[in-house]
Amino acid sequence: MMNMTAENTIQNLTKKDFESGLDVRWCPGCGDYAVLSQITKLMPKLGIPRENYAFVSGIGCSSRFPYYVNTYGLHTIHGRAPAIASGLKLSRPELSVWVVTGDGDALAIGGNHFIHAIRRNMGLKIILLNNRIYGLTKGQYSPTSELGKKTKTTPLGNIDRPFSPVALALGAGATFVARAIDGDQAMMATILERAAKHEGTAFVEVLQNCVVFNDGAFDRLTDKATRDDTRLVLEHGKPLIFGKERNKGIRLNGMDTEVVTIGENGVTAADILVHNENAAHSGLAFSLGQFEAPDFPMPFGVFRSVDKPSYQELSRQLSESARASRGRGELAKLLNSGETWTIK
Amino acid sequence: MSNAPVTARPIEELESVVIRFVGDSGDGMQLTGTEFSKAVAKAGHGFVTHPDYPSEIRAPTGTLYGVSGYQIQYSAGQVFTSGDAPDVLVAMNPAALKTNLPDVKRGGILIVNNSAFTPGNLEKAKYESNPLTDGSLQGYRLYPIDISALTASALQDSGLGKKEVGMCKNYFSLGLMMCLYNRPVDKEIGDIEKKFAKKPQIAAANITALRAGYAYAEATEMFAVSYQMRESAVKPGKYRSISGNTATALGFVAASELSGVPLFIGSYPITPATEILQELSGLKHFNVTSFQAEDEIAGICSTIGAAYGGALGLTTTSGPGMALKTEAMGLATILEIPMVIVDVQRAGPCTGIPTKTEQSDLLQAVYGRNGECPIPVIAANSPADCFDAALEASRIAVKYMTPVILLTEGGIGQATEPWLIPDVASLPKMEVKYRTDPKDFKPYARDENLARAWVRPGTPGMEHRIGGLEKDFLTGNISSEPLNHQRMCETRAAKVAGIAKDFPPLKVEGPAQGELLMIGWGSTYGSIAKAWQEANAAGKSVAFVHLRHLNPMPADLGDIIGRYKKILVPETNLGQLSKLLRERYLRDVIQLNKVQGKPLRVTEIYDRILELC
Ligand code: SF4
Repeated sequence: MMNMTAENTIQNLTKKDFESGLDVRWCPGCGDYAVLSQITKLMPKLGIPRENYAFVSGIGCSSRFPYYVNTYGLHTIHGRAPAIASGLKLSRPELSVWVVTGDGDALAIGGNHFIHAIRRNMGLKIILLNNRIYGLTKGQYSPTSELGKKTKTTPLGNIDRPFSPVALALGAGATFVARAIDGDQAMMATILERAAKHEGTAFVEVLQNCVVFNDGAFDRLTDKATRDDTRLVLEHGKPLIFGKERNKGIRLNGMDTEVVTIGENGVTAADILVHNENAAHSGLAFSLGQFEAPDFPMPFGVFRSVDKPSYQELSRQLSESARASRGRGELAKLLNSGETWTIK
Repeated sequence: MSNAPVTARPIEELESVVIRFVGDSGDGMQLTGTEFSKAVAKAGHGFVTHPDYPSEIRAPTGTLYGVSGYQIQYSAGQVFTSGDAPDVLVAMNPAALKTNLPDVKRGGILIVNNSAFTPGNLEKAKYESNPLTDGSLQGYRLYPIDISALTASALQDSGLGKKEVGMCKNYFSLGLMMCLYNRPVDKEIGDIEKKFAKKPQIAAANITALRAGYAYAEATEMFAVSYQMRESAVKPGKYRSISGNTATALGFVAASELSGVPLFIGSYPITPATEILQELSGLKHFNVTSFQAEDEIAGICSTIGAAYGGALGLTTTSGPGMALKTEAMGLATILEIPMVIVDVQRAGPCTGIPTKTEQSDLLQAVYGRNGECPIPVIAANSPADCFDAALEASRIAVKYMTPVILLTEGGIGQATEPWLIPDVASLPKMEVKYRTDPKDFKPYARDENLARAWVRPGTPGMEHRIGGLEKDFLTGNISSEPLNHQRMCETRAAKVAGIAKDFPPLKVEGPAQGELLMIGWGSTYGSIAKAWQEANAAGKSVAFVHLRHLNPMPADLGDIIGRYKKILVPETNLGQLSKLLRERYLRDVIQLNKVQGKPLRVTEIYDRILELC
């Protein structure tokens, strides 16, 4: 496919060049701003011409995202962004295609497209802004809302069991899965940069505070006083240790994971699991993906990162080998194929 | 054993004949029919086929609902349909005979597999007594033949098991038919060798069965005469046999090659449309990307993404899938990007009868979306015509930057007919230019056809954002401004209405004015044309016009309608085109409707003509 980057605009671009200048219409204080800021900051650093970026979104607060970045952008229909982005990426593999979505968009109405884009390892960057609530429709529960939560459609408390986007992505066979939080921009920047460079599907969940309908949902993860005890920062090759005293860790107990304190009950540093992003199987990452307060710390960072061929690359190879073995298709030959006969 | 068509029997010349092969789904009747149609094609005859099979892949044997059939009409002259009433019925079991006998011409030939008329099978077919012996078939020319037993004895030294031997009986019956219709079997033998190249033992068995069938018919002189089709009068040229779905696939490849625009198909398998996706999946050496999506919605959505990226977008489906794609069609409409949605219609509503044909998605295609959402709709009228229809749909899509709906039907998609292969140089040109000039670029600025520019992501200096929200008339930025919305709705409607200016004048067959005009669309073309021909021969003043374009309708249709006293609209639905015509032209029309999952017959239309004039 033709690469139209001859007069590209890589040089000297700054964050400003990636801002569309349109009025941003999120509520003041919304966590979405942090993500917008980090992504526009990252883009000039990636060496990709501005015109080769495309942002695709569905419906919801987060899905307004494409309007605010000065690249190609498509704001589409509810839940379908991964499918639309897949068609774009497949027909134009040279583009850097990003999907910005939310917990309702990606996991409720669009669950099917979400898991299948991931399963195929289509080269999309999927950024899911998870605020655990429906914002745009004004405060109904979402597939990530906690049990018991009172919302407009669960006035007596939520009985709809939530799932973890990270665990879901891993279950679908994701090759890159990470979690960030709006309040920690430095970590978000690192994660987004790694996602941008991943060849297959890169999935990043960003815990995002909805100041209007679910304010404070992540306070314990961002407050200085509590966050060291509630967060587990994942680092490849490093032990899974957390806590103010850096004395708590994750240990394997049979097939299960558990939180232990180093120095208690005979637990030593050697018992603590060492994080491996590239593990052959995603079992441990899946276990980490299901960690929830109050029994477990919330893991942040890269859960899994493995290299597998992307769908668009395999598709390109198929076409290439079809042309190599059969020659570039000729229309006249095709029309005249099969059994023919001539009438004089 | 000779297989040359030398025979002492008198040869009767035929003008045309309709043959139907029926049996259990597992009896291979589709194969027998296809092979027979190939033999006919090689002789240079025109033909139209109609496969008719149950939704179950292998329904329980011997049951009434498990009957699968394949009908072919072939003729010395032009063939319009697969025929009304079969002249010959080849029935492999009692259930097949029972379900098909009512269609057979009085006095027609019944070739029946005697061996399958066991008490058990008779009971499954709900026969109280054996129709082969109880005299109830007296009005027909009945040939009970022990097809199973004769095939088995011909193959006793083949070394094959009972099951494999049983599967060869379709070739035995093909042999019988080749003898009856004076077709040489040599060419067929070559075909069998090719078809079963990897299984030489099966190939040999099928050849033996074929020869045995032929020889049996010849040696027993079971047929008093043999038939020979009159010399054909079809247009000279190179032909191939083509199904509607294959022709559709080839049409889109042609559109891609002629325009230089890559073709992207994103689809989900669904009967009876799947073959288009299959066909295109095998053409990756062209500029074709195929994508089997996770569902119908992803099928159209991936296509929208690809079209946004600069590909000619194609998604294929049938009625229920059409329903699922509805919201995305609205997106394609408001984005104004070029793509085609092919609906190979089947009997509905809901899952309906997946393998049976119908024309009942017309109103869905024209109206079935939320909001003011105009989409051009065109229809193919025969298997080979799908090629031209696909080209026309693509032409409209790229010229007007719009999604286009192409309606075909199960009865077209899976039927075959000979196709006069077009010369590539004679195909219509299709010019596509992506806009690359950033100067004064406004995403929704329009050309003289009201089409906006096609800008591929990756084009420097033209980054822009568009979506499913109503947008500003020029910039494409979100706008809920009341007057802008009205203006956008009216502009989108005007753009689609304006497509009619490209249509060639309608071709009216018959008198330019008078008593009766028939208006048809889609697959009813064949039956209407034939009925019209017969009515004309009978001295009736009747005209007919067939519509390719259903939205917008051709500009001259209103004038044409005004010139006739009565308008008859035959369709296989409950009157959907009739509704559209009444609404557009404020003219009442006479409906002729059939919703039985079967094509309209020539006689059904002809009889109605006689009642009306
Ligand atoms: S409703 Fe919540 S998620 Fe939506 S913009 Fe406002 S704060 Fe952000």
